[in-house]
Amino acid sequence: MKGLGETLGSGAMTNDFDSLRRADVILVMGSNTTETHPVIGSWIKERHDQGATLIVGDPRKTEIAGHADIHLQLQSGSDVALANGLMHVILRDGLHDRAFIDERVEGLDTLRETVAWYTPERTAELTGLPRERIEEAARLYASGPDSAICYTMGITQHTTGTDNVRSLANLALLCGMLGRPGTGVNPLRGQSNVQGACDMGALPNVYTGYQKVVDDRIREKFSTLWKAEMPAQPGRTVMKMMEAAGSGDIRGVLIMGENPMVSDPNTEHVRECLTNLDLLVVQDIFLTETARLADVVLPAACLPEKDGTLTNTTRTVQRVRKAVDAPGAARPDWAITTALAGAMGADWAFRGPEEIFQAIAACTPSYAGISYERLEEGGLPWPCPAPDHPGTPNLYTEGFNRPGGKARFLPRHWKAPHEWPDEAYPFLATTGRLLYHYHTGSMSRRSAPGEHVRELFIEMNPADAKPLGVGDGEMIRVTSRRGHVEGRTAVTDRVPPGTLFIPFHFAEAAANLLTASVIDPDSETPAYKITAVRVDKV
Amino acid sequence: MASITMTINGTTVTTEPGTTILEAAQSAGIHIPTLCHHPALPPVGACRVCLVEAEGSGKLLTSCTTPAAEGMSVRTHSPRVLEARRFVVEMILLRHPLDCFSCPSNGNCELQDIAYELGIEESSFAEEGDTCRDHPLEEDNPYFVRDLNKCILCGRCIRACDSLARYHAVDFHNRGIHTMVHPPADRTLEESDCTFCGQCVQLCPVGALAEKPSRGRGRPWELHPVTTVCPYCGVGCELEIQVNSKTGRIANVTSDYGSPTSLNRGRTCVKGRFAWQFVHSGERLTTPLVRRDGELREASWEEALETAAAGLQRIKSDHGPDSLGFFSSARCTNEENYLMQRLAREVVGTNNIDHCAHL
Ligand code: SF4
Ligand code: SF4
Ligand code: SF4
Ligand code: FES
Repeated sequence: MKGLGETLGSGAMTNDFDSLRRADVILVMGSNTTETHPVIGSWIKERHDQGATLIVGDPRKTEIAGHADIHLQLQSGSDVALANGLMHVILRDGLHDRAFIDERVEGLDTLRETVAWYTPERTAELTGLPRERIEEAARLYASGPDSAICYTMGITQHTTGTDNVRSLANLALLCGMLGRPGTGVNPLRGQSNVQGACDMGALPNVYTGYQKVVDDRIREKFSTLWKAEMPAQPGRTVMKMMEAAGSGDIRGVLIMGENPMVSDPNTEHVRECLTNLDLLVVQDIFLTETARLADVVLPAACLPEKDGTLTNTTRTVQRVRKAVDAPGAARPDWAITTALAGAMGADWAFRGPEEIFQAIAACTPSYAGISYERLEEGGLPWPCPAPDHPGTPNLYTEGFNRPGGKARFLPRHWKAPHEWPDEAYPFLATTGRLLYHYHTGSMSRRSAPGEHVRELFIEMNPADAKPLGVGDGEMIRVTSRRGHVEGRTAVTDRVPPGTLFIPFHFAEAAANLLTASVIDPDSETPAYKITAVRVDKV
Repeated sequence: MASITMTINGTTVTTEPGTTILEAAQSAGIHIPTLCHHPALPPVGACRVCLVEAEGSGKLLTSCTTPAAEGMSVRTHSPRVLEARRFVVEMILLRHPLDCFSCPSNGNCELQDIAYELGIEESSFAEEGDTCRDHPLEEDNPYFVRDLNKCILCGRCIRACDSLARYHAVDFHNRGIHTMVHPPADRTLEESDCTFCGQCVQLCPVGALAEKPSRGRGRPWELHPVTTVCPYCGVGCELEIQVNSKTGRIANVTSDYGSPTSLNRGRTCVKGRFAWQFVHSGERLTTPLVRRDGELREASWEEALETAAAGLQRIKSDHGPDSLGFFSSARCTNEENYLMQRLAREVVGTNNIDHCAHL
């Protein structure tokens, strides 16, 4: 999110689904879209069948890569090098959009300097790709006429995740692929309300609608509105809070609907941190691995049991509606938080989600024009500043959200990953999602998909399986410097030799026992995509 | 482009070029029965149930594939049309079992509806033993059951897979009387490219494809839909949760291919349609828990909230507001995330609020 925010002004998907369905070239980076965002995947394939060019950058031969006109099967962690290499070719051949850059972007000279080094030869060496493919991909993307980029965790979950994003934004700016339907830089969000949680200010440095904590005027506004002195210091991120829990700087934690014991890197470390707390309160729908460690567990309603709104990956605010009653004494999280705030002396008078939403619209310029009444007619993409504003499906049609309305190139050099296979840990393990499961599996594994995909399968290339003497479906143990997991193999050439793919949905074989709690220093996103491991037959 | 004027059953109808006779009739409120046609799918004109008679044209036309033309005069229920339509439906029924009582689609079956409309009770061509019983029930996955004895070969499932799911998991195989819908050569559906998105199941007009988790959870007329958004990934697909009014529980999840509000336009994946049983799982938390003597024990809301509030207050006064941390959630609503950051900032006085956006 941060990488996009700095270059363009906002960290969200720039364009909507209709826009994607008009693209002439679609560049999918680090996203197994047909598994992680299946409906978007179906549109990408549809557009491809209608004649659009599909370029997929992914170390794995994913389903979507199988449809690509060009599959750039790059070395894990070489995304910045690839993007710079593409831009090198584009500048060398004069394929960039001069008019767009003159009018709307700053910093072409520094970009030119940085990418000068990334000749196709050097790029080929760093990425492991043939140079002709790099040249071809560069020409196709630049010539559009309308080219769209989509990416997910394969791009962000690296120590250089933010640099990866900046580099993709540079590429789009260089070719003028922003600000009209069919173009854009589109981070596909993994969970139903990641966008909304960010929009609502569930972040340590911003209030709702990305109003900055460090801005005195903004702080003043919220101090007055909420009749309390607002803290001036930005807070800690999830990863930093966890560390602070371990060191004793944080003594009490309240967790709503998250399961860091499975989702966060380095599970053993997370357990130590959480058990070190004086107080852990967890609101959830199940007694998750995290809730088991709590001092107080508050039973929550799940989405089909409550009213409210979610904001999807295209920034579109949509209504969710209560279909069934919550079991027993379980309550919606909004009611729990309101009651807890009441018990701590606050007097919020909210009677229900609609009144809460009105409060959101009143303090959030980008949501100001949205109301439950309007949402009955369909979702509205923010910014929607006024009740008669139609919403904004495509961002930056006029200017960028930066001073002077101009975007800026933020060129970055390629950096080696934090960890790399060596003699002791010769394999590269990468974690990710499966179509049939979701996140830590607490919902999907208790539903039909839980009967279908019951246990962990670790993908391994036949060339690696053979010398180790392991066949398809045999148990192996994967060990990193942090811990180990056991699971059955799926011997397949979907993964390149030397690489393992480990889904992270299975608590009893938590892939994150392996991962380091190394984070991208810019966005504080964990680097799940690269872990050096060793493999033993069990 | 100029609009087209035609007459249907003597009524003047104006429509846009490119519309079919069927669409023109529907826009004028005139009903023509269909089976292989579905507005979300490309038309193929396979079943011939939608036949109409056009003045000056010798043969009957399939209205779902024939474009409306200027000056056309169409009759949708003439004796000739009705006779042909009845013949078509009776030929289908010839092979179709009439065990509607036990069929999961009873009350939600387009073949039943057409037979009813045409006043057909059974096929007059049927002889003992004609009905197809050769196909074993296929139910090796937890999502849906295939009873191909009921298949009417409309091909909607194939088109759903090709044009909506964008896989090609099933197709027509074999010829003549043996024609059937299958995954490619000797593979089961489970071994095919099928991703169990269930779109073919919803679009099957009869009971040949039926959702498995819904079995025994309510008849179609006991259900009412609630329009909401999928709780899983960030695509934000609009779903119709089918609630059994008697039990108050979820009986099925479908989507509305004609919804004007839906971003997904009816498309879904396996999670949206089939991963809802967790809602009624016996493992759901139903009461607050408070740790006493090292064990989590059941407690009242008052006690649990009091314990949590007192604990948070005590840490705040002993160590300051920044010694508390708040994890919000990408799986909760906007309203809930908004309140959580207010709890942190306004009530406690810390910016230690974040969620697992990056994971
Ligand atoms: S469930 Fe989906 S993928 Fe499988 S056959 Fe039906 S439409 Fe195709
Ligand atoms: S299974 Fe259903 S949708 Fe498919 S051809 Fe048979 S009747 Fe039609
Ligand atoms: S139905 Fe599938 S693609 Fe749509 S929101 Fe749910 S999980 Fe995502
Ligand atoms: S509905 Fe027109 S031919 Fe089947």
